[in-house]
Amino acid sequence: MHEYEHYEAIVVGAGPGGAAAAAVLAQNDIETIVLERGVEPGSKNVSGGLIYAEESSPYTMDDLFPEFRKFATERPITEYKLHNISGKKTATFDLKGLHESDTEWCDSVLRRKMDSWLAKEVQGMTQETGGGLLNGIRVNGVLRDENGKIEGVTCDEIDPITADVVIAADGVTSELARSSGLMNWERPEEWFQGVKVVVDLPKVDNIFGLEPDTGIAHLFSGDLFDGVRGGGFLYTNRESLSIGTVFHLDSIMEKEAETQELLNKLITHPLLGQWIDEEYCELEYSAKLVPDSKKAANPTPHLDRLLLVGDAGGQMQAQGPIIKGMNHAVTAGALASEAFVEMRERGSIDKTGERYELKLRQTGVMNKLRPPMYSVVKAIGENKVATAIVDGLITSPIGRGAIRVIGNKMEKLYNIPILSMAIPDTSTPYVTLPTVIGEELGTVIKSKNSVKPPGLAERISKLSYDTDIGKPHIKLIDNSYADSGGAVTACPVSAVGFGGGCYRVEEVEIDGKIEFRVSLDTQPCIECGTCAVVAKTEWNNPRGNKGVEFRHG
Amino acid sequence: MEADTRVMDNNSSDIDIVVLTKGVPDFREGKVSFDEHGHLERGKTPTVMNPNDRFALKAALQTKVRSGGKITVMSMGPPGYKEILQEAMNIYADDLYLLSDREMAAADTWATSITICTAIEKLDPKPDIIFAGFKTADGETGHTGPQTSWALQWPIITHVVSIDVNLDEKKITAKRLVQGDIKEVETVEVELPCFVIPDPEFEAEYPKASHRLRLQNLTEETRERAISYEETLTMWDHKELNLDPDYIGLDGSPTIVGRVDPIPKAPAEREATIINFKSKKEMEEVLGVMAPFAGED
Repeated sequence: MHEYEHYEAIVVGAGPGGAAAAAVLAQNDIETIVLERGVEPGSKNVSGGLIYAEESSPYTMDDLFPEFRKFATERPITEYKLHNISGKKTATFDLKGLHESDTEWCDSVLRRKMDSWLAKEVQGMTQETGGGLLNGIRVNGVLRDENGKIEGVTCDEIDPITADVVIAADGVTSELARSSGLMNWERPEEWFQGVKVVVDLPKVDNIFGLEPDTGIAHLFSGDLFDGVRGGGFLYTNRESLSIGTVFHLDSIMEKEAETQELLNKLITHPLLGQWIDEEYCELEYSAKLVPDSKKAANPTPHLDRLLLVGDAGGQMQAQGPIIKGMNHAVTAGALASEAFVEMRERGSIDKTGERYELKLRQTGVMNKLRPPMYSVVKAIGENKVATAIVDGLITSPIGRGAIRVIGNKMEKLYNIPILSMAIPDTSTPYVTLPTVIGEELGTVIKSKNSVKPPGLAERISKLSYDTDIGKPHIKLIDNSYADSGGAVTACPVSAVGFGGGCYRVEEVEIDGKIEFRVSLDTQPCIECGTCAVVAKTEWNNPRGNKGVEFRHG
Repeated sequence: MEADTRVMDNNSSDIDIVVLTKGVPDFREGKVSFDEHGHLERGKTPTVMNPNDRFALKAALQTKVRSGGKITVMSMGPPGYKEILQEAMNIYADDLYLLSDREMAAADTWATSITICTAIEKLDPKPDIIFAGFKTADGETGHTGPQTSWALQWPIITHVVSIDVNLDEKKITAKRLVQGDIKEVETVEVELPCFVIPDPEFEAEYPKASHRLRLQNLTEETRERAISYEETLTMWDHKELNLDPDYIGLDGSPTIVGRVDPIPKAPAEREATIINFKSKKEMEEVLGVMAPFAGED
């Protein structure tokens, strides 16, 4: 039998979930080692950019890190607008009510800055327990004992480590979640894909009429995204903007949409011309797969000593237009550690997972992630017939008339949290309804937009990579167009006819017949995981320190 | 509870390590200055730690991280070399020694070895391992290390690419390149005390999580220490070493430099071939040349 190094707790991933877990463990004097695959925490992390602190949540980021908002965030988001766009018209709803419902505070963040600040705190805390935080270590799977029970982790760079508890906070591309069979990457309908640019804009305050302690979030939906289900966002940072889109992955696949093109439709939309002009300068292009917790959150996110928190457990809530991920990761991370602390005191660490699951339920976290009401809506409304009837009704003269009559009350309906939690995943709320609202209630957009967004080649060339030469981290198992062709459009750094991306289509002659084949070059990969869902691949993260390094995130 | 294996690889006793370093002209482009005859202008060229000594320091640090112990960094040169020792301390050093006075000046490799050997014998406790860089960037003789080990009557291992110290058996196991060829590696086992010269191909290995944590802590500590490095610096002159001025420095150097030739300009590292590909065949040739450099797929 091997003698491996043993720590009381291993936390995999130093994002918000991992940081929260490590903080609670360290506060309870539990020897904790945190393993991060990036050169620095934050270098592999992307988020849309808003972190919430919910009043109903047992843990918020500033509970655990009191100076978090002072050093790690960009600015408080004090205004929240939804633009329902139809052609050149838009009807703007003020969603401050929804935004502020159950919200203690909400700040915009850039992940490199946020996570690297957290890391310094976590480093100090965990060092005192006899552990610490190690960068550049990729955990590639679970370590099992002679009975097949999970007892630790295996890594690319160092020998396996055993622990009394393993908290997997390794994000949406979690190798622990997949290798333990707790999550899979099979169904596109369980995922969103987010694509984002960080735009340099030193005069944010002037342009948006803000004070340093105020900020604004703009959301966009309607007919500007070619009918793909999803929407766009613009968040103000201290001296930059985060502009992005989030779409259902199955809708991207169905429409064969080029996601970076959809993002460009937002960036170049006349409505955005009031804020950005020809001096537009992108600092960073990034993308991320986003689990739809309504379908993907694992209700039993644990196995043996392994506990999943945050994206690794699918804990990413889309509450209508509001996306809440980091706050749930923080809560879950803290609850997982709390569960371990309690079970350790009782001398039954094997019950930690069950305890964690109970805590997720008792604190209401699981109900936010998987709202019971959604299952009803899904059963009745998420089918083609129902969607066609509802869409048909909304677009009919009767529906349009009704929306005109409801008028401003529409805004009030949008601000009801319970309704926003149970929005069906159909074209109705994302496309049809906002478009009709825009048409019927909107005013004509007067601003003009002169922005020319850069092409994919330029976006990729601005990113930093440390390529693991000769060791591609993704392998294409099936190169037929039928099974893997979807990646050419869905991959955010690939496009049909673009030779510099990850996925390309090639024409090959087989037995005198021309066939399409898919080829892969992982060099420009931004590690979002999209192709793992839409193509037949063997998908791994690059080993520690390798691959893309985000500077903003 | 499982057995905690996170003790040092061996902690029966601490190991005393010495690293030898030297200041050399900074030959990097943009730093180095030559006169019109191609001779080095020492006054206009900054002095830095000999680049190969970095590998000696990394090997020493690996030994300390994995086996515990203390690292003493030693150099001989003018008082300005203190900053070279500071540079070394930024990688790792517990304490620093500079052998320096006028009588030691203009020493050749022989006189240098005699001086260093005397200083090492004066150290208390006596070191178990001495690490030195593989030749200096200025003289490039590669003599000083081997001559010092001869003067100490210690065994020497050169071109070392990896080491493992077994303190229980007072042994060191090293992998070394044979004739500097990366493809032929031999494993040797030598008893301590021992003189070790890491090759520029040397790579420190930290296979355990605890190694990495300790490395992180030690690196943080040494960088803090390096800010006020003079607190840990000891200067020794020839009197303190009880050395006869006739046998050290210029007077003790049998080497006579007959002539100094200008340094020839380094040839370009890359070659370019211009290809006007008009046919598919010509393009295939290009692909044939490029193929070995491409990745697996």
